[in-house]
Amino acid sequence: MTIQVNGESRGIGDGHTVAALLRELDIRADRVAVELNLEILDRKDFETRGLREGDRVEILSFIGGGAE
Amino acid sequence: MDTMNDRLVIAGREFQSRLWVGTGKYKDFAETKKAIDASGADVVTVAVRRVNITDRSKENLLDYLDPKKYIILPNTAGCYTVEDAVRYARLARAAGVSDLVKLEVIGDEKTLFPDTAGLIEAAKILIKEGFIVLPYTNDDPIVAKKLVDIGCPAVMPLAAPIGSGLGIRNPYNLKIIMETVKVPIIVDAGVGTASDAALAMEYGADAVLMNTAIAGAQDPIAMAEAMKYGVWAGRLAYKAGRIPRKLYATASSPIEGML
Repeated sequence: MTIQVNGESRGIGDGHTVAALLRELDIRADRVAVELNLEILDRKDFETRGLREGDRVEILSFIGGGAE
Repeated sequence: MDTMNDRLVIAGREFQSRLWVGTGKYKDFAETKKAIDASGADVVTVAVRRVNITDRSKENLLDYLDPKKYIILPNTAGCYTVEDAVRYARLARAAGVSDLVKLEVIGDEKTLFPDTAGLIEAAKILIKEGFIVLPYTNDDPIVAKKLVDIGCPAVMPLAAPIGSGLGIRNPYNLKIIMETVKVPIIVDAGVGTASDAALAMEYGADAVLMNTAIAGAQDPIAMAEAMKYGVWAGRLAYKAGRIPRKLYATASSPIEGML
């Protein structure tokens, strides 16, 4: 199935969870926030939250910044 | 005065350093880390952005800044609406470990001045959700008071536009803010060099936050150290109590005993 990750289309296996997606992308779950269809997920739900066709996933983390 | 025992407390949290620094605009993470260490700051601001999913070789800022050692203060930089600022604050909390947020609602691209009406609105929403909101605001005493009234445990008025290096453009307003609100004041943005930081502290600011003045200096590491001493000197002078300004001279050597 195809989902949107950070604005880009990406094919993933059926039944993938958020945690599985993060592992596939080699991203540490404890350092990111995940927004699924505009809903910010609780980190403890990453393992159980399944992804569906057309889902829009945003993965964000801290980067260098002062102001603006 | 022992600077180590002169701690800043905001919302029950103790901060060791009165110089807070941003982590943007550095050459690389190694330079960021060196500058922060030289500054002595224990509070560092960060932004929240999309992870680069195509190039995972990129290092993570948190590889260099251990969240156990530094207080990570996420900002909502780049947000021009209440909705965006609230969204980014929530994402920051989800990505991090605390309820702290440096709230910015920017009003205009050219000046990057805060949209203070939007700021108050966003702060209200976030405070209701349990955030500890440190608002980046204008040097406007009325807005500062409103922010405190709705529950902000500190206010962060600007010295001058972000990244401008102009120094404190309106010391009188800052003084009025310091006398009006009874929470810590962190002068944020616009500092250019160490004397600006010292002045802010001499006026009675509780801390100073800066990024560009250090990261943009020809030698960021040396400037970080200069800023550390500037903040210390200003704080010490504030606590010591300066002499009043007088128009005419007052001799400091005695007249007695002269021929």
